[in-house]
Amino acid sequence: MTLQLEQSPTTGDEVISNYTINFGPQHPAAHGVLRMVMELDGEIIERVDPHVGLLHRGTEKLIEHKTYLQALPYFDRLDYCSPLAMEHSYVLAVEKLLNIEVPLRAQYLRVLFAELTRICNHMLNLGSHVMDVGAMTPNLWMFEIREDCLNFFERASGARMHAAWFRPGGVHQDVPLKLLADIADWIDTRLHPLFNDAMSLVVDNRIFKQRNVDIGIVSKEDAVRWGFSGPMIRGSGIAWDLRKSQPYDVYDRMDFAVPVGTNGDCYDRFMVRVEEVRQSARIIQQCIADMPEGPIASTDRKVVPPKRAEMKQSMEALIHHFKLYTEGFHVPAGEVYVATESPKGEFGVYLVSDGSNKPYRCKIRPTAFSHLQAMDFMSVGHMLPDVTAIIGAIDVVFGECDR
Amino acid sequence: MAVLHSAPRWTSNEGVHDALVAALGDMVVSSKEEHGEIVIEVARESAEDALRSLRDNHEYQQLMDIAGVDYPSRVNRFEVCYCLLSLTKNHRIVVKVSTDEATPVPTVTTLWPNAGWYEREVYDMFGVLFAGNPDLRRILTDYGFQGHPFRKDFPLTGYVELRYSEEDKRVVYEPVQLAQDLRQFDFMSPWEGADYVLPGDEKATPAPAAATPKTTEKPADTGAGAKANAEAAKATPPADSTKDAPAAPAPTESRPDKKEDGK
Repeated sequence: MTLQLEQSPTTGDEVISNYTINFGPQHPAAHGVLRMVMELDGEIIERVDPHVGLLHRGTEKLIEHKTYLQALPYFDRLDYCSPLAMEHSYVLAVEKLLNIEVPLRAQYLRVLFAELTRICNHMLNLGSHVMDVGAMTPNLWMFEIREDCLNFFERASGARMHAAWFRPGGVHQDVPLKLLADIADWIDTRLHPLFNDAMSLVVDNRIFKQRNVDIGIVSKEDAVRWGFSGPMIRGSGIAWDLRKSQPYDVYDRMDFAVPVGTNGDCYDRFMVRVEEVRQSARIIQQCIADMPEGPIASTDRKVVPPKRAEMKQSMEALIHHFKLYTEGFHVPAGEVYVATESPKGEFGVYLVSDGSNKPYRCKIRPTAFSHLQAMDFMSVGHMLPDVTAIIGAIDVVFGECDR
Repeated sequence: MAVLHSAPRWTSNEGVHDALVAALGDMVVSSKEEHGEIVIEVARESAEDALRSLRDNHEYQQLMDIAGVDYPSRVNRFEVCYCLLSLTKNHRIVVKVSTDEATPVPTVTTLWPNAGWYEREVYDMFGVLFAGNPDLRRILTDYGFQGHPFRKDFPLTGYVELRYSEEDKRVVYEPVQLAQDLRQFDFMSPWEGADYVLPGDEKATPAPAAATPKTTEKPADTGAGAKANAEAAKATPPADSTKDAPAAPAPTESRPDKKEDGK
């Protein structure tokens, strides 16, 4: 659209035309490789066209060529900010097809570490969100919490990020008692003080509010139509949390609150995440208090390999071990769609099995896909710098969006 | 079957399947309820109507995902699966449509705006066309990519690879050259009914099929050649059914008791 000379709001002789600019693919506020082609009228956004797929690795195709166990580590690499939450959907999908019972202790351990992952993820998102809109210090403090979380993952699984610790039938290894004690101490002595300090700088800050309140407002109806989930739909005022409404593992035994927003703007989404961190800490405390003793993986030897010590003693265990780590287990034919509440929203796995040892098809439902798609209607009419706030509040990670 | 797993538990499926199939009427091609999932396949032409009915009359407000699946052996090789979620009924179903390479599926961007990218993804990965989608571009693959990578006949390695060329000062595309063969391990046990040539057995010529199957049903069929058969036929007395079979030999006399003890 080109303005006529006489309509031009400028003083005289120049004519203003719309800009089309590239935001990304390499931009520190894009949280990854996001390219957005934006049409601007001055500094007002007229149209946004996000180009995704720059991190597409064909994970779903690779999974079709791997056994069910070998496919698991790919899930860590989807949303690399919350790896264990990604595994959770997958192992539950496999277990649903197998209809296998998971021991109670394993369910508690999974819930505990899924919530620790949520804290870990939100630390990164909240921190980078405040940094995108101009604050530096809270990010550094919250990275300390994130670092602690990663250390806990390392102590449980041996890997800081790509844990591959949830397995079909349970978890890979039991955790030492000291780790549970340390997590309980950490919540009281580290998490709450650090997090409260960081949030005290942000939540009532005038500049932060100016950048976030009334930015990217999404109504309840739009949130439903656009397939929003997680903090995005809760920020719009719909109390929808898969942990409450469709509980998996032992979430139905947990006592926690679901925070919702009132306005549906970026500030509400931010505050929903802030409260979720506190609720996650409550869930972790309940897990540690209630966790029973017992096995940490199913004793069905046709799915879960035996312990190494047992393998050294028993011929049958050795055969099971060999078969499970070469051929893998066979999953009954069928199809399931299993979705869990990942820190970013509904993360689903549509798993089709043909009865063999490899998935026939494993469609991953990324959380960011429907959220990022709504970028256009969320940012139209806003100023250019508001885009960073909107992206920050979407909480997008491209490992998961592009797969 | 008793539910043992701990996967997400939504409202009971009790009666939902029958109610939905009855409501959708002749739009339904097939339907099943397996593994706790209700899957309804609808006719391709009426996909949009069926989904609109599910959204407006049966409270499945949200479209969570559209998944493509490729079954190369079928006439309509592609399945497009719509995963629906009801926030009010707290329930999930999967609706399916099948199609082939050429026939488009009606778009559902008219019902859910977020279907746009999901349909673009299915188009990009499988080449399924969606009639009415206003913006059916590729989404995940590279600009200018050719082919549909999630089809089962598309190789895992792809056809082209790219590198930065120092001479041309730009990224160039070349045919894939693997430094090492792509290893596809096959762990299927050959003695559990695998019907393929074992690796290493490719050169072995299969034995020629016999004109008449060899049997050893009669004593004359010795299985050792014509000469032996003729000899056996001559030597074998005709079977005499009147004669009793020889009885068991008489028991040997009992041996003297062993001494219990060496003393």
